[in-house]
Amino acid sequence: MRVVLAEDLFLLRDGLVRLLESYDFEVVAAVDTGPTLLQALLDHQPDVAVVDVRLPPTFTDEGLRAALEARRRLPGLPVLVLSQYVEQLYARELLADGSGGIGYLLKDRVFDPDGFVEAVRRVAAGGTAMDPDVVAKLFAKDHHRDGPLSRLTPREREVLGLMAEGRSNAAIAQELVITERAVIKHTSNIFTKLDLPPSEADNRRVLAVLAYLK
Amino acid sequence: MTNLNIREGFRAAGKGLPVLGLAIAELVLFCLFVTAVSLIGIGLGVFLVPALAVALRATVNASRRTAGRWSGRAIEQPYLPAPAAAPGLKGHWQRTHGILTDPATWRDLAWTLVNPVAGVVAALLPLALVVGGIGGMLMPAIYGPIADAGSNYYLWVRISDLTSAWYCAALGVLVLAGGLATGPALLRLHASLARTLLAPSRTAQRVRRLTDSRSDAVSSSAAELRRIERDLHDGAQARLVALGMNLGVAEQLLNKDPEAVRAILADTRKASAAALTELRDLVRGIHPPVLADRGLADAVRALALDSPLDVTVNADLPGRPEAPVESAMYFAVAEALANAAKHADPDRVSIDLWYESGALRGQVIDDGRGGADPSRGTGLRGIERRLAAFDGLLAINSKPGGPTTLTMELPCALS
Repeated sequence: MRVVLAEDLFLLRDGLVRLLESYDFEVVAAVDTGPTLLQALLDHQPDVAVVDVRLPPTFTDEGLRAALEARRRLPGLPVLVLSQYVEQLYARELLADGSGGIGYLLKDRVFDPDGFVEAVRRVAAGGTAMDPDVVAKLFAKDHHRDGPLSRLTPREREVLGLMAEGRSNAAIAQELVITERAVIKHTSNIFTKLDLPPSEADNRRVLAVLAYLK
Repeated sequence: MTNLNIREGFRAAGKGLPVLGLAIAELVLFCLFVTAVSLIGIGLGVFLVPALAVALRATVNASRRTAGRWSGRAIEQPYLPAPAAAPGLKGHWQRTHGILTDPATWRDLAWTLVNPVAGVVAALLPLALVVGGIGGMLMPAIYGPIADAGSNYYLWVRISDLTSAWYCAALGVLVLAGGLATGPALLRLHASLARTLLAPSRTAQRVRRLTDSRSDAVSSSAAELRRIERDLHDGAQARLVALGMNLGVAEQLLNKDPEAVRAILADTRKASAAALTELRDLVRGIHPPVLADRGLADAVRALALDSPLDVTVNADLPGRPEAPVESAMYFAVAEALANAAKHADPDRVSIDLWYESGALRGQVIDDGRGGADPSRGTGLRGIERRLAAFDGLLAINSKPGGPTTLTMELPCALS
């Protein structure tokens, strides 16, 4: 699987290249600025891009903007954005086009290589990988008042959270130590309670959930 | 002339007496003070000046209070803070020097000369007219002994018989009326004279405001640095030490007990994630990343998204202000929003940001329970201080029952 990587700190870039290559990814370009990232994305059209939000020359959200611009020109280009912090504002911008293939994770998630690589693969396959922190923030908003989320049982809320992160039914079942059938039952309950149209594809599910949370 | 005006006239005339008393005291103090200053040369003045300055200031302050009370607007004291003085002779000299270099001292002295002349005329004339007028009116009753005593005059009328006494009475009415009519106006004149000489000058007021806001800004930034230092010391630094220790133990155990090493490494990974989280929160408190990335409008939008409240943001900013101004407005809005969430329990909050006549403006309106009072909460005070460091202002409009409107203003240029 071909990857374009953008990270300005040498140590992290090096570490990420090594990590990805040890899981049999092919890093076709490892760049360190916003403009070179956009160029590399357009030139290589990789299977997935792993991008740091903050990049030179401005050291602002250069990476995020380059990724969004690349997706405007190459619709559906899978991008996993890494950051030292997660913002709902950026999450919403990334998800705005509704086409999937989007990830937004804290850099800490790299500490768990298996989980991180799983997220990269999920994004490359057109799925989503939202950081649990983003999901928690999205949920926190609704908890305040008697929003529709309060109609869910605690278990259903757990399932919804994992769904919003982009996990598949199998992954959710494993995480919560329940059967996949139970997960399917929970999800259909959730969709009914939230008046969302039922859908089989993982990605469409996530987008529906996130659209609803907006 | 209505009843009210007459009563006011009498009241104004009555106020002349304290002015007279103060004027005399001030004149005496002027002489003493000038003498004391002239004695500095032989050393005695160094002891006299500080003592007399206390008396002078107390007396002039009494003038400030009376003038302030009568004009309905208090006159602030303009004195510079006394320097920290050493004990002994050196301290006396430092105090004397401080007193003599304070412009307010010289303006006080000018007042102690002006007040006995202009002040007394302004304040005492109505009293004189009222008393004299009443005297004239009583003339028909008391003219006998006065006429017998020889050639006595009431104004230009020679008092000789009952006819001239009645003439005096008629004049007395006019004099009294004149005294009553001019009294309030002269009193106002006196007060404005006092204000000119005794109130802090515009420059002095501005200097005082700037001094206050600067020391607030310095001490709050010092407190902020202390907090950061403590957070780093107790948080990330301590965790890094623990990480290093754990890794050392793991190295030791590597050959003996690989299972234990696995557990230690897992712990270590968790600890490093926790250190990162702490650092992240710390950074957010220093300078929120979105503010650096996108500027004020998006940073406030991000703030609104993270708030548990239902917040709408309208921003109309044609450019970006300087980073410190932007940051001050951001934290002021953040504090306002946090306050609303904590105290007002609103259904809706709206935040507006715009730029108008040379100032960045922010308005936070919530439909909560209102009654916000800056004298009670530290939150509103904090906002005020934050803005004051940039010459900015906070206006609060919060009736009990709501809504609450906080308007913040920061003069600045946009780039």
